[in-house]
Amino acid sequence: MADKQLDAVFGALADPTRRAILARLTDGDASVSELAAPFAMSQPAVSRHLKVLEQAGLISRSRQATIRLSHLEADPLRDATRWLADYREYWTESFERLDELLASLQDNPRGAHHGRDATDR
Amino acid sequence: MGETQLIAEPGIPQVVMIREFDAPPELLFRAYTEPELLKQWLGPRRLAMEVETLDARHGGAWRFAHRDDDGEYWFRGVYHGTPSVEDGITQTWEYEGAPGHVHLEVASFERTDSGTRLVLNAVYPTVETRDAEFAAGMESGARESLERLDELVGTLQPA
Repeated sequence: MADKQLDAVFGALADPTRRAILARLTDGDASVSELAAPFAMSQPAVSRHLKVLEQAGLISRSRQATIRLSHLEADPLRDATRWLADYREYWTESFERLDELLASLQDNPRGAHHGRDATDR
Repeated sequence: MGETQLIAEPGIPQVVMIREFDAPPELLFRAYTEPELLKQWLGPRRLAMEVETLDARHGGAWRFAHRDDDGEYWFRGVYHGTPSVEDGITQTWEYEGAPGHVHLEVASFERTDSGTRLVLNAVYPTVETRDAEFAAGMESGARESLERLDELVGTLQPA
């Protein structure tokens, strides 16, 4: 994923209203008025949020008669959630590995349990 | 050793993590500041890690990458103040995929009877940046939305 698109995805996801709109679209395509309903927000304001999401590639929009429908696009989100989703898992697993490393350092203070020896200090 | 305690209050742009280790603070400090040691523990096992730079002194920079089959992910930051066992480590963090989205992290190594209590205090410019990075929602109101998004991206086939 290009950095620029990832920037756009992160920027789009940084807003709670836009995250809520994406969550609503997981239930299926929706019109602007349907998307505006849960928010104390005008339809033009919601349309501005939809434009940001569309530019980030997170949704696509189509027309059905006079109604404009928004559709969730999952791919950019999948790339972004690689980093969004697993903060806790990242640190929990890191700390487990740190436990192992610290145990091996206490057995062998000079260095590492695999890879090269630690350099002299 | 033990559970990672994770505190992320709704509406406050901060994440605090607390974890006990059966090793003295001096060893944790080495694990944090020696590249050969850092790359043996930081990040999930499935990701290979490269430490390009780690200059653990006031104003010194660090830069590392996690790699998997899909690509590589670079992170960078700067040490503020001289890292030490007593004063801990104060540094900035930035994911290079989202330039300018920086947070400040203070790591403290508190000596305990059984070893060390590591306290990580991460402070973000806004709640939104915290939640974007800290999937947040876990402990905040965005939780349900993000879980649903997670489910979604887990189940949908590539277009």
